[in-house]
Amino acid sequence: MPAITLTINNDLISARQGQTLLEVAREHGIEIPTLCHLDGLEAMGGCRLCLVELQGSSRPVPSCVTRAAEGMVVTTHSDKLVEYRKMLVELLLAERTHTCSICVQNNNCELQTLAAKLGIDHVRFDYLNQQLPMDASRERFALDHNRCVLCLRCVRVCDAVEGAHTWDVRGRGSTSRIVADLDRPWGTSTSCTDCGKCVQLCPTGALFKKGATVGEMRKERSFLNRILERRRLAAQGGTP
Amino acid sequence: MSRLRLATAWLGGCSGCHMSFLDLGEQLIEISDALELVYGPLVDAKEFPEEVDVALIEGAVANFENLELLQQIRNRSKLLISFGDCAITGNVTSLRNFFSVDDLLTAVYHAGPGSAPRSDEADQVLPELLPRVLPLHQVVEVDAYIPGCPPDPERIMAALSALLQGQTVQLSEEQRTFG
Repeated sequence: MPAITLTINNDLISARQGQTLLEVAREHGIEIPTLCHLDGLEAMGGCRLCLVELQGSSRPVPSCVTRAAEGMVVTTHSDKLVEYRKMLVELLLAERTHTCSICVQNNNCELQTLAAKLGIDHVRFDYLNQQLPMDASRERFALDHNRCVLCLRCVRVCDAVEGAHTWDVRGRGSTSRIVADLDRPWGTSTSCTDCGKCVQLCPTGALFKKGATVGEMRKERSFLNRILERRRLAAQGGTP
Repeated sequence: MSRLRLATAWLGGCSGCHMSFLDLGEQLIEISDALELVYGPLVDAKEFPEEVDVALIEGAVANFENLELLQQIRNRSKLLISFGDCAITGNVTSLRNFFSVDDLLTAVYHAGPGSAPRSDEADQVLPELLPRVLPLHQVVEVDAYIPGCPPDPERIMAALSALLQGQTVQLSEEQRTFG
């Protein structure tokens, strides 16, 4: 694979053709925050937390879907970018009702951890206090729309890894909702296999195992890379 | 050196933050020479005093009594600190924002079970609720934040230690989480 050279945060860095800026940065120990991205799922540039500045570009670009190119000059952590990231997370906290203290995912939540990491100790925007429904119609799992950040990891893993495509999205902008089987109660879904992949990959307490009490839900996502690696080996004719 | 005049107040919250403050235990005795507790649910002052150095405010602004007290505290305190998640985010107290005040009072007091005051009686006994529960910084200027539900004693001590040394409150990443 041809090598290319680019500059990230004033350091000359070599990368392989086809890599995204996020992959290159992480390979070189530069941590760029993300909420929607997960290695193994198709990148979608949805949460915008991985925005970076490109010399010559008038606005920042999402590093998870931008390919590294020869001679690029990239900044990953300017004051402006950090301020944008803080603002994005504050808007997520204000848009739905996260109430960490009564969440199954308390202390194990990517949104909560990210907020603390970014230095958010209060939210500057008005809370919308939208009262969104919960769907607890499935036997083993439940969905709380109040805690969903629309990262669409559930939609992508269900489609690309499980192959069921139970999940999809309804609506636009802040009125978007995750829906099962063309918007029916999850419990009546005929496509859902109950595999739980969506639950394990959800970054917040939006998807959770029934019976989990506050702070109890811990997610295990190592299965994703294990499955994908075995598939890759099988496709090459090796032993999965 | 004069002692730091510390006040605490309890607005729309569960008192958990004050319980956590008491959980400082022996550390409270260690710092007692350096600070004077001049107001709060743990002391017997009836009026919020003048010239307070630091005010730790627990709970969200839920009713007009909270609102008046908070404004008085802001006017009489050099530093005002949002103490715990209810003060900072609204937290559990703000879950009533899903409903209108009328619907809420009807459901809890007028139509609800038990021996709670009902109808007109309830309206006279209860402090008048604000239409929406608000975090402190949406009402007055806030100087620092101690998140947590409740904030554990280590966070409170970290904040108090900084204040006693004349520094600003800057909690570490681990001590900054909501919840």
